[in-house]
Amino acid sequence: MSSSENPSSPGLKPFAAMVRREFAGYFRTPLAYVFLAVFNAFAVSLAFFVGGLYESGIASLDRFFLYHPWLWAFLAPAAGARLWAEERRQGTIELLLTWPITVWQAALGKFLAAWLFLACALLMTVPVALTVGWLGEPDWGVIVAGYAGSLLCAGACLGIAAIASALTRSQVIAFVTGFLACFVLVLVGYGVFDELLAGALGSGGVDEIRRLGLWRNLEPFTLGLIDVRPIAYFLSVAFAGLGLSTIIVERR
Amino acid sequence: MPLIEAKNLSKSYGAIRAVRDVSFAVDRGEVVAFLGPNGAGKSTTMKMLTGHLRADEGAATIAGFDVADQAVQAKQHLGYSPEGAPAYGEMTVREFLRFAADLRGLADPAESVRKTLDLCRLNEVAAQNIDTLSKGYRMRVGFAQAVIHDPAALILDEPTDGLDPNQKFEVRRILKEMAARKAVIVSTHILEEVGELCTRVIVIAKGEVRCDESREKVLARGSDLNAVFRQLTA
Repeated sequence: MSSSENPSSPGLKPFAAMVRREFAGYFRTPLAYVFLAVFNAFAVSLAFFVGGLYESGIASLDRFFLYHPWLWAFLAPAAGARLWAEERRQGTIELLLTWPITVWQAALGKFLAAWLFLACALLMTVPVALTVGWLGEPDWGVIVAGYAGSLLCAGACLGIAAIASALTRSQVIAFVTGFLACFVLVLVGYGVFDELLAGALGSGGVDEIRRLGLWRNLEPFTLGLIDVRPIAYFLSVAFAGLGLSTIIVERR
Repeated sequence: MPLIEAKNLSKSYGAIRAVRDVSFAVDRGEVVAFLGPNGAGKSTTMKMLTGHLRADEGAATIAGFDVADQAVQAKQHLGYSPEGAPAYGEMTVREFLRFAADLRGLADPAESVRKTLDLCRLNEVAAQNIDTLSKGYRMRVGFAQAVIHDPAALILDEPTDGLDPNQKFEVRRILKEMAARKAVIVSTHILEEVGELCTRVIVIAKGEVRCDESREKVLARGSDLNAVFRQLTA
């Protein structure tokens, strides 16, 4: 019937190709290295100079992870801005959507590649943990839990970034809107903002809202508590973002 | 069974009816020139045929597969180069074609890339970033990704737009080589393509098919193709 080489189902190969291209795509421009450097510089300096990790004299990384919602709120949208905006700008979205891959496969491939990239940034901070291990005797289980929580938090921010990216052809607009949306989730349950909210809503209402914040969900991990609720929270934000961005791309 | 078929396709953008009730079928061995003034609905029709746009009414099939309901199968048999031949500019030509081959799940992607580089005479720029290529080469890269899987149906949106005469000749040469084995639609507003390349002409204007005839019949309408075109699209 056709001269096509492979009319049968090609299995996972197209999906794997998608993940590979997207992941490699980060390293095709100098931006990736700038990103990794900025992430590391901020992760380390916030922990040591603002969080007083060294002065605290406690062999734990909770002061390091404390700032991760801020970092991800800023850097996940930076890494996620290109997901769809770049396809639209270059016009390649029309190619991608006429190649034999479903929008869902393409979206999941892009998302996983971006998440993997954020995981690389996080992995580069392992020397911080090693330093703490060298200085004292930390509970390694708690540290591993903290890293897992931070990675989940990154996925949630990336989900939001994916929606922002699906809505525009400009990476700058995608970044700014993604950042603002994540920023709101950081503020929820944080210091001054929390007090403002408590004043407005009373302590009962504010507790419910606080559960929607990034830090409130990351905190248990940094104490070594692996609870279902924060895991479900991060994963639902991540996958809701992924799903919504896919629907936006399909509809347009 | 026709390899490319449009059945009563219609599409509106708000109050504007871009395409109305367009039907045609293209068989193996046919090269159809899809002609029309700018804004006539050519690109919209092509986007519906390739499954990029969903039709408001009607259906499109590629090799018998519905582009909406059996999208992945339909797309496996389709090669498509959108207007302007978009490509990932930060990749080299070879990387880009390899990605296209992998995404299509081809059995021997390396061999498919090699053959396509030969066919489209892209070997000398294979290691260059697509961003750095001239327009002629870029168009050829767009064409190359569309034929890398040797598809039964080939749809090309303005494949010779902006090319110099030598480059146009080159694209036509490749198309002629492949035409006998495929159903091909070439959208264009360059009338000379009709005589040089095509076996059949479909003229579309204001979203409707105005003419669907063999090349000979269209050429017999008058000696001045421009006048024929103006009369058909008025």
